[in-house]
Amino acid sequence: MSALGAFLAGLVFGVGLILSGMTDPGKVIGFLDIAGRWDPSLAFVMAGAILVGFFAFRLAGLRARGFLGGAMELPRRRDLDARLIGGSIVFGIGWGLAGFCPGPALVCFGSGQDKAAVFVAAMLVGMLAYTIAERTRGASAAA
Amino acid sequence: MINTSFISNIVYGVTIDWSHFTPWTSFAGGLLIGIAAAMLVLLNGRVAGVSGILGGLLTPRPGEIGWRFAFIGGLLVAPALMRLFGTSVFPRIDASFATLVIAGLAVGIGTSYGSGCTSGHGVCGISRLSPRSLVATASFMLAGMATVFLWRQVA
Repeated sequence: MSALGAFLAGLVFGVGLILSGMTDPGKVIGFLDIAGRWDPSLAFVMAGAILVGFFAFRLAGLRARGFLGGAMELPRRRDLDARLIGGSIVFGIGWGLAGFCPGPALVCFGSGQDKAAVFVAAMLVGMLAYTIAERTRGASAAA
Repeated sequence: MINTSFISNIVYGVTIDWSHFTPWTSFAGGLLIGIAAAMLVLLNGRVAGVSGILGGLLTPRPGEIGWRFAFIGGLLVAPALMRLFGTSVFPRIDASFATLVIAGLAVGIGTSYGSGCTSGHGVCGISRLSPRSLVATASFMLAGMATVFLWRQVA
């Protein structure tokens, strides 16, 4: 049941990304091109998503479990650190270069676009590199 | 030779690209993204952060695998659903293969160290009024804008 819920959430998420224009790298770059001819559309994507999300996460905060089971797992950290900011800057550079962030890249990969597949493969390699680096760090800290 | 539109934009305000501006469909798409995030957190108790959901599969833990694959499966199937309604999802991707590799690596590494991307920080985190997500979102937006600006100077 919980997998079905997650599948439907992913499906609605993907349709939302397509409808909003987020899956079009040209449109994303148009949004980031604030110094050129700026397309502010993607600010409306965030406004729509946050409008619903604000109430959803307030309700979620009142519950201990999801309606299909599973503990309510909301992030609790509030500290700011260099990893958060540095990582986000590196992500932003990649986002600006290709016009893809993770969700839209997966959707375009799903439609069979080879260039999206290249991006997704490189993204997974990047995530794997992080996993290995953290494991090495953990091992050397334990030694 | 510096792009003079940057300076004129500072002096005269930003130039809006009205021909590509789609406020209503973008807002409607945003509502759907919000509904999807609401579904995942209220049904499964999990935050709809795509990079975190994907990255979590690289260090799989019991009970944390099925729902992740299911959510990503939904994303992958979305274009097929849109095709049933006559909408083809095949946007033009201008970036070269080399650029896509570098960008993909940066997005994979950056979202891992930064604990999230546009969905986890930009949508869910800001909805939760998380200070970490506000700072992360400001960081990747400014970095993205700076990258596009610099890219325009060389490309």
